[in-house]
Amino acid sequence: MRARNWLFELALGARMSVAGGRAGWFRLGLIAVGVGLGVAVLLGAATVPAAMAASNARTDARAIDGYQDLPRADDTMLTSHFTTRFEGWSISGELLQPEGSHPPVPPGVSSIPGPGRMVVSPALARLLDDPANGLLRDRWDAEVAGVIGAEGLSGPAELFFYLGTDTLSTEHDGRIREFGTPGAIVRDPVPMFVLLTLVGMVVLLIPVMVFMAAAVRFGDEARDRRLAAVRLVGADAATTRRIAAGETLAGAVLGLLIGAGLWVGEILLAHRWGTGALSFYLADLRPVPSLVVLIVIAVPVVAVAVTLSAMRRVVVEPLGVTRMSTPVRRRLWWRLLLPTAGVVLLWPLYRGIDEHSAGYEIQVVAGMAALLTGIALLLPWQVEAVVGRLGAGGSPAWQLAVRRLQFDSGTAIRAVSGIAVSVAGVIAMQGIVTGIESLYTRSSASAPVRYGVAVLPGSSLPDRSWTAALDATPGVHDYRPLRIVRLDGATLRIGDCALLSQLAEVGECRDGDVFGLDGAVAGTTYRLGDTSWTSPATTRAVSRAEAEPTSGETLLITPGAMAGVAVQPDDTNFYVALDPGVPHAMEHLRNSVARLDLQAYLYSYGNDTVRAALAGMRDALLAGAIVLLVLIGASMVVNVVEQLRERRRVLAVLVAFGTRRRTLGGSVLYQVAVPVVLGMVLAVAVGSVLAGVLMTAVGAPLTVDWFGIGATSGIAAVVVLGTTAAGLPILWRLTRPGNLRSE
Amino acid sequence: MTTTVGRGTPLLTADDVHLSFGETTALRGASLHVYAGEVLALMGPSGSGKSTLLHCLAGILTPGSGSIRYGDRDLARMSDTERSTLRRGAFGFVFQFGQLVPELTCLENVALPLRLAGAGRREAQRRAATWLDRLEVADLAGKRPGQVSGGQGQRVAVARALVTEPAVIFADEPTGALDSLNGELVMKLFIAAARDTGAAVVLVTHEPRVAAYSDREAVVRDGRVREQEPAR
Amino acid sequence: MSVGFALLGLLENGPRHGYDLKRSYDEAFGRDRALHYGQVYSTMARLLKNGLVEVESEPGDGPERKKYAITHAGMTDVAEWISRPEKPEPYLQSTLYTKVVLALMTGRDATEVLDAQRAEHLRLMRVLTRRKTDGDLADELICDHALFHLEADLRWLELTAARLDRLAARVRP
Ligand SMILES: Nc1ncnc2c1ncn2[C@@H]1O[C@H](COP(=O)(O)OP(=O)(O)OP(=O)(O)O)[C@@H](O)[C@H]1O
Ligand SMILES: [Mg+2]
Repeated sequence: MRARNWLFELALGARMSVAGGRAGWFRLGLIAVGVGLGVAVLLGAATVPAAMAASNARTDARAIDGYQDLPRADDTMLTSHFTTRFEGWSISGELLQPEGSHPPVPPGVSSIPGPGRMVVSPALARLLDDPANGLLRDRWDAEVAGVIGAEGLSGPAELFFYLGTDTLSTEHDGRIREFGTPGAIVRDPVPMFVLLTLVGMVVLLIPVMVFMAAAVRFGDEARDRRLAAVRLVGADAATTRRIAAGETLAGAVLGLLIGAGLWVGEILLAHRWGTGALSFYLADLRPVPSLVVLIVIAVPVVAVAVTLSAMRRVVVEPLGVTRMSTPVRRRLWWRLLLPTAGVVLLWPLYRGIDEHSAGYEIQVVAGMAALLTGIALLLPWQVEAVVGRLGAGGSPAWQLAVRRLQFDSGTAIRAVSGIAVSVAGVIAMQGIVTGIESLYTRSSASAPVRYGVAVLPGSSLPDRSWTAALDATPGVHDYRPLRIVRLDGATLRIGDCALLSQLAEVGECRDGDVFGLDGAVAGTTYRLGDTSWTSPATTRAVSRAEAEPTSGETLLITPGAMAGVAVQPDDTNFYVALDPGVPHAMEHLRNSVARLDLQAYLYSYGNDTVRAALAGMRDALLAGAIVLLVLIGASMVVNVVEQLRERRRVLAVLVAFGTRRRTLGGSVLYQVAVPVVLGMVLAVAVGSVLAGVLMTAVGAPLTVDWFGIGATSGIAAVVVLGTTAAGLPILWRLTRPGNLRSE
Repeated sequence: MTTTVGRGTPLLTADDVHLSFGETTALRGASLHVYAGEVLALMGPSGSGKSTLLHCLAGILTPGSGSIRYGDRDLARMSDTERSTLRRGAFGFVFQFGQLVPELTCLENVALPLRLAGAGRREAQRRAATWLDRLEVADLAGKRPGQVSGGQGQRVAVARALVTEPAVIFADEPTGALDSLNGELVMKLFIAAARDTGAAVVLVTHEPRVAAYSDREAVVRDGRVREQEPAR
Repeated sequence: MSVGFALLGLLENGPRHGYDLKRSYDEAFGRDRALHYGQVYSTMARLLKNGLVEVESEPGDGPERKKYAITHAGMTDVAEWISRPEKPEPYLQSTLYTKVVLALMTGRDATEVLDAQRAEHLRLMRVLTRRKTDGDLADELICDHALFHLEADLRWLELTAARLDRLAARVRP
């Protein structure tokens, strides 16, 4: 009986939430979308670990440990890892050369391809089949003998192959007896990117959570008024709470459904568009069941809890709703706990990241989450403190707005805190991305390198073969050899002035000059096999070009300075200048190089991969933030409209008194703008500090990201103006004289 | 009795005013005169068009046809801005309920019309305070409307209507939401203050006892007015 | 007094027998107390004496077979009575009601009756209100007593006015 009543009351609440006609549905929709977004992000977060684990399990199973000391046997095989790029795609594979009749077979492959034959992943097969990609087919000049099965790939979009060969030698290449040697893959930390990805997730997740918490309370003033009417017909306080819970539950359950739908979209998108290492089979994308159960239970429970706790401050009486007449002053101390914890967690990063200390990324993520959530907690206190001190002086519009905010700032803040948190996150992220980017772009910004690609041969071929191949490659405009002699404690790099000036800030250079890098000085004698060579007195100390890696004590020597000294270089690299006017010059070069020496390495000075990755990250972040801001903007419009509706009589009376519409419009603007501005100030402050800490952590130079601050402030301004503009038509409609009639 | 008011040229004149809200015709040829300083009761059955007529007289609604003249100016011919200005300066309003801005204190509510008319904050609040005092609600100055009783709120509203010392005050059932004792008190203070400032009052009411505070009455019936001649 | 005017008013629509008169009166006004025939008789006798009605004789004499008709003087008297507001005093309802119904039955504008009466009431109420505002507590209490009664009358009038249409449908012959 009791339970039936309760069910009835919950259902009544659900029905009442949409009783307001279009406005009611819209509000419910907004709540559902807010909750849905949160659920989708949560489900996504619950899916990532499982998907990563599945994918990692497969790559582990094909792992190659090339550093074992194995005797040659019937079941051994030589292997060499190969990576290349084609038009922005990263392709990798293993060169295989069986040494006997029973070589190990990698997962997903039925037999080892013979020399000149390859097995490829389906994605690579598609790429190769594309008639437009002739240049890629030419790279290996191999016959595709089969396709690798799913169990041998990290994901459906992976571009991977096994190529049979007979050119490997024990001198350079590893010998294996099995695939999937445990511990063979040490996942390199790539701390920056792991960190960035995690931070990016936090930056999107926290505002969504804040928004979700706010969404649950959309329209609760209207609901309280409805509840007052229910009390009038005899409902007691407990019943009204259950009805309110019913209303929220309706939104939360709908939100769960929407979230599930969004999540399905998410994984389909991830499946369809996931590239490279981040592609997954649908079967991988199964969220961790316990987390799913947790989400499905926790979201509605938390939603109801938020609603009920919000109702503590409201007394719903039959004749109306009284906000507690002496509102509880917001306290500061507990709101400071979380941000403080965040600072404490992040503080060690100030000395730089110790990538090797386990769990540092958890520390960073937890610290960020704490700081960002802290904004949402601090904001109400800050707004109350500031607004409370604002005089109601100034224009009547200002006075109306300030008093309104002093009267009840909760609704406005809830919407704004989402903005503040996401802006702070975006600024932090933006700052760190910009900082890292500047690490990569400084050199290329100062002077464009002349020889954009360095070819590092992997086997010792005579120079003749290389020069002949380079001469024959379309789009190779010019190239220079750089001969490298490695000595104990020093390196000699011999190349002409044009090349040396790219490697260091040599200034004036003539054939015969010598330059010292990183402590190499004049008058040092080096033993070169049978002879020796002494750096001349004219040796000038110079500094490295920024794009160049450190290489210890190094002498940069023009050929003239070594004339007559018989020196056998350990390596010869070729620095190639490509003709930007020739299409696909880079691909032609890669082909020439691969044909000659499969294990040669191509180093491109452009670093566009890093920049592209960073830019992609930034774009994704901005897009996410914008979507969120639009949603928040919509919720603010709902708030404003509801508030105006509620006050239609007062507004009509004000107009009767001759209040200009400008004044009323102005008060709406101020009322929206004040919390947003306060939120932005807090967000920019916290965001910049966070960015600073993160930049220090990854060793990027400290910069203030004015662009990010400007852009997000701009968006915030647009939200304010947009919200106000959207509220004005309603304001005009409500201030038409008809509203003087009592309802 | 009807003393010296109601002579000479009228301050405010409605002449053959028609007004429809879509299908409903609220006024069909209403004519009315309001003389300076008089208290005029508008009576008549519910739905007869009293409020509508009041809103027309105050320039809140524009008649479909006919004219509303204030002095020698036709309200219908004025722009919205001009009418707003007129309402700010020359008219005051008291309604049944729900007219005070809930976030502002009582004092600020009363000061609001002055501020809207451009007065400084200090000056506006000083004058507002004297009016609260005259309506015997000086002690409510710092309270918000939600914290005062209906009758007190109504007296604050009256103070707000009078604070600009308007030429005409429009009151639409100012005691409608009050019990008779409170209503009586509000009316007593209201009419006394209005007479002191020489403001004319157009008073819509259903209550004869409230109407008894007037100098004469006009009866609205079916959108037309039967106006009692001003006493000679 | 008002019985006389009521009977006169009833005659405005045409001559009637005494018995008819009693029945019409009882139907329209006699809610609380029906008229005794004797009362009709004596009232008509006085009206006859004042020249406000005349008797039309019919065959088969007898007191109940007399047919009364209103005279010109009678008509003037009724008109004057209906449109003259009553001096406001408590417990006027029966008179006012009679007037309103008669006005309706005889095709007059009943709202005018009401408006005139309201004006009269308000006039007195204004006097009382002023006396009360200027006077002491005793004045106030006494005036309030009167005011509340007058208000009750007036409210009743308003109510009646609001229901005139329904009333008219019932009393029109
Ligand atoms: N904004 C409006 N839209 C449509 N009809 C309206 C509007 N305002 C008034 N009316 C109609 O016009 C007529 C007159 O309304 P008005 O409010 O003037 O009556 P009133 O005399 O003030 O009544 P009451 O004593 O009940 O307040 C009514 O029939 C009403 O329904
Ligand atoms: Mg009205």
